[in-house]
Amino acid sequence: MLRHFTTRLLSRSIKFRPFSTNVAAASAADDAFVKAWRSTIPNLEPPKTPLSFMQPRPPAPSTLPSKLTVNLVLPYSSEFSNKEVDMVIIPATNGQMGILPGHVSTIAELKPGLLSVHEENGVKKYFVSGGFAFIHANSFADIIAVEAVPIDQLDSASAQKGLAEFTQKLSSASTDLERAEAQIGVDVYSAINSALSG
Amino acid sequence: MAMAALRREGRRFATPLMSANPANTLRSSLLPSEEQAILGVRSISTQVVRNRMRSVRNIQKITKAMKMVAASKLRAIQTRTENSRGLWQPFTALLGDLPSVDVKKTVVVTVSSDKGLCGGINSTSVKISRALHKLNSGPEKEAKYVVLGEKAKAQLVRDSKKHIELSMTELQKNPLNYTQVSVLADDILKNVEFDALRLVFNKFHSVVSFMPTTATVLSPEVVEREAESGGKLGDLDLYEIEGAETKGEVLQNLAEFQFSCVLFNAVLENACSEQGARMSAMDSSSRNAGEMLDRLTLAYNRTRQASITTELIEIISGASALTG
Repeated sequence: MLRHFTTRLLSRSIKFRPFSTNVAAASAADDAFVKAWRSTIPNLEPPKTPLSFMQPRPPAPSTLPSKLTVNLVLPYSSEFSNKEVDMVIIPATNGQMGILPGHVSTIAELKPGLLSVHEENGVKKYFVSGGFAFIHANSFADIIAVEAVPIDQLDSASAQKGLAEFTQKLSSASTDLERAEAQIGVDVYSAINSALSG
Repeated sequence: MAMAALRREGRRFATPLMSANPANTLRSSLLPSEEQAILGVRSISTQVVRNRMRSVRNIQKITKAMKMVAASKLRAIQTRTENSRGLWQPFTALLGDLPSVDVKKTVVVTVSSDKGLCGGINSTSVKISRALHKLNSGPEKEAKYVVLGEKAKAQLVRDSKKHIELSMTELQKNPLNYTQVSVLADDILKNVEFDALRLVFNKFHSVVSFMPTTATVLSPEVVEREAESGGKLGDLDLYEIEGAETKGEVLQNLAEFQFSCVLFNAVLENACSEQGARMSAMDSSSRNAGEMLDRLTLAYNRTRQASITTELIEIISGASALTG
């Protein structure tokens, strides 16, 4: 504790910063790294770490927040960033899960399925491929998926066709690899079909 | 070719007239052998200077073109990089970033470019990778390299050949996309044993500034160990694991997904930095070529005027010797 304090005092000027547990832990990790770096490699500047590029998250509030803050990120875009919504229903591996503000911290693995975002002016539905969802104690929800398309961009006819094609491939699969690929196709297409119909 | 021969013939007829007509401006385009035969050795230097000027001018054109190409590629890839920046933030928000974690097996993944002429970014990445390797080698710890990109491979092979586990090149043959990078990440995860993966890349800040960055991805066993021992990951245990599988399997999937996301962002940022560095390198190169061209032009004019002056003096003194 004292060592953390002295390193913080030495490495940066004494600023009165609102104390958030995230920020304190982050700077401690960075300081230990920077110290170890400088002792072994004196000539080079230490590299930056991702924490220095991120906005720190607010800590868990004492009262229940009224809204859930959702980030939906994909490799090619961030669909929502810090969007305030009422409820989110995510397709976890063991079924649809509803997330309200004040939900317990959870790490959930997602399977291909329907994601619906409930806000004041309606419900937005997306079809997501697999991914992960993190729900934090401060009513922040991060959903990381590989693909998320609004379901009005999906065509049910080609989804039916795809399901038929992959079911046929599954029955005629010979190796484990082919069977696994066909099974994945069947799962995804049946999820698309149920999302479009339900 | 025929025109040059004709010109040469024309000049051979004109040479007896030339000594009487000093205002002949065709002199400077004679071939050096012709000039040497008529006027002496001093005019050859104009030809040499002219050749240098031509080659410097060509180089300037090439570097200007390369700068334009790099600028257009940068524009294209910059939007994709900025869109992918949201991808690694949830993982860092959940798991934090522990660059000082103490592990037995570290694997340093260096991201670099395949093509050269991009300034010093590849050397910086290699220096940082070597430093991380040194930081993480000790009596019980060992560190290995996985190299992406030709330039870092060339530099690391020289002295750390036995530490390189895997090397991949030609990443940018097809435009970068997540599928390709996830296959790459899968390859690395399957073939390399690790407790912690440290990615080294250049993060793109602006066209003239690139920050060398290192991102750490821990293996699921180390995550469990750190969560149990408290500290930064201490509240990981507070998180319920939803999923049909066990906690260990979910953590394993999480680590793999985190690695592919962070690697995707790292590769995009490095490509962006490469184009930016190439733009500024080619820009300074064209400027340098322009300055060199100015100096050569001055030298050329001086030599040309000196040879004309000596020619005039000889003619006039010859004429005055005849008359006076």
